[in-house]
Amino acid sequence: MSVATEPRPRSPLSPGRVSSGDARRAVVIVALLAFVLFAIPTLLSVFWLKVLTGAAIYSIVALGLGILMGRVGLVSLGQIAVLALGAWVAAKLFFDTGLPFPIVLLLSGLITMVLGTFVGLPALRLGGLYLALITLMMAGAITVVIAATDFPNGGPGFLAHVESSIGGGDQVRRPAIAETDPAYFRYTVIVTALMFLVALWHVRSKAGRAWEAIRQSEPAALAAGVNMTLYKLWAFALASFLTGVAGALLAANVGDLFNYQFPTSQNITLLAVVLMGGIYSLWGAVIAGLLFRYLPELLDSWNLPADLLTILFGIGVLQVLLTAPAGIVEQFPKDMARLGRAIGRLVGIGRSR
Amino acid sequence: MIEVSDLRVRFGGVTPIDGMTVTFPAGTCGLIGPNGAGKTTFFNVLSGFVKPAGGSVTAFGEDLLRMADFRRARWGLRRTFQTEQAIEKLSLYDNVALVHEHSGQGRATRDEDVLGALGFVGLEQDPNTKVGTLGARDRRLVEVARAVVGKPRVVLLDEPAAGLPDEETQHMGSVIRRIPEHMGALVILVDHDMSLVSACCEVTAVLDFGKLIASGPTEEVLRDEQVMRAYLGTEEAA
Repeated sequence: MSVATEPRPRSPLSPGRVSSGDARRAVVIVALLAFVLFAIPTLLSVFWLKVLTGAAIYSIVALGLGILMGRVGLVSLGQIAVLALGAWVAAKLFFDTGLPFPIVLLLSGLITMVLGTFVGLPALRLGGLYLALITLMMAGAITVVIAATDFPNGGPGFLAHVESSIGGGDQVRRPAIAETDPAYFRYTVIVTALMFLVALWHVRSKAGRAWEAIRQSEPAALAAGVNMTLYKLWAFALASFLTGVAGALLAANVGDLFNYQFPTSQNITLLAVVLMGGIYSLWGAVIAGLLFRYLPELLDSWNLPADLLTILFGIGVLQVLLTAPAGIVEQFPKDMARLGRAIGRLVGIGRSR
Repeated sequence: MIEVSDLRVRFGGVTPIDGMTVTFPAGTCGLIGPNGAGKTTFFNVLSGFVKPAGGSVTAFGEDLLRMADFRRARWGLRRTFQTEQAIEKLSLYDNVALVHEHSGQGRATRDEDVLGALGFVGLEQDPNTKVGTLGARDRRLVEVARAVVGKPRVVLLDEPAAGLPDEETQHMGSVIRRIPEHMGALVILVDHDMSLVSACCEVTAVLDFGKLIASGPTEEVLRDEQVMRAYLGTEEAA
């Protein structure tokens, strides 16, 4: 930020422009990305790479929900169902067309955007708890339909599903340049980074300002000339687009999709991890993705029971709601700074003796 | 000029505005009345938050009530709120730019207009400061800056000086007085601070129980016996 002694710049300073803080942040992000892309695949086993691929994919889903909740103030409990829709659409496209992988990603995003916006339609009339309930019920309905028809696996007809014993059906293909697990991990991380850029661009632009106004005060937003219907649906459209792309990445990550991968209860878990990660920062979504996919596997690898996760998440959400509304992403650095000061004091005391 | 004719608003059994007929000619016009007289409801009708049961509102020859609520800002209707509604998480600049970009103003003039509006109300902070860190006076001024940015035609100020100390109220008054001339808008000022109203408004209308009980030059209206009765409830005027 500008130093107090400098004369305040009166002329152009529209905040859309890159400031020095942004430049520093960009350097850190590029370094982090380079580490994730080049170091992690050599450090971790294939199993953990697949887990991290999943974490990246779910961080996109978390990003969508984070924007809805943290930026616009809309609670949707249907995002996992939207993810299932995205995966369904992607699988269908993979089996029925020979389109290049990136095109399928884009198309899955766009088609899911249209479908997911319907899930968001009640948001025009409802808010808070009622919107959460309606979206959860819609998620349930979508899950039931998908359970009845299952995912495309190369079969005939519109449903493209062939009933077979385990292992039957075809695998969803991966991009030609990223068929191995490490390569697909890199591919996923790059797409994830692009999705975060799309989100960042929205949040920093006209839409972001309009959402912020809607979240704080709908009357104030209306008085400012914000078209409430348009911007609420826009938020759902963006979240659904992101989630649709995540669905396509997921389909190619696991190869074959089953309806039990998208239980309705996961919508609640997603809400919990998104809250814990932090809904007011895009980084919160990265943490949410890790909590959602990495933490369970970590506990499993330590031979700890899976139920522990529910307890941990319960405590985590309580903690967020009571003391740290901005989530881990803001609380953790604060706690670390406090710890640093405490250690500094201890060391200081030690020296003085 | 705003012409209000036989405006009626009903909420169930309550009639907060009951056949209000008044004309706001130009410049800064006051709108006063005791609590519950219907002042804020009147603003909410103009903003489109409340649908009236009957009557008409014509602003500069256009039927305001037929306009979609969010389009009224684009037309040039701006307002502030009784409980200040500056958007905390946005910067000063973004708060004002929000109105600018949603009221059909071009991007080319945004920097100039937004900084101009901030300067007009006398906000000297770095425009990138988050509004959440500001005090009561500055937040109110942000709201006023939002109301005057771009090309406002009608500016509704709902108790803009409520809760401010005298000195800051004076500054607010000087800002309000300059709006018609510098921004070319008609201002309607609702406030309980009669010194602010008489300092800013050439004409004033008085509402009581949803009806217009007086209107005319501010000096005369404030001396009106009926007005004193409405405010004090007795005839022992101060």
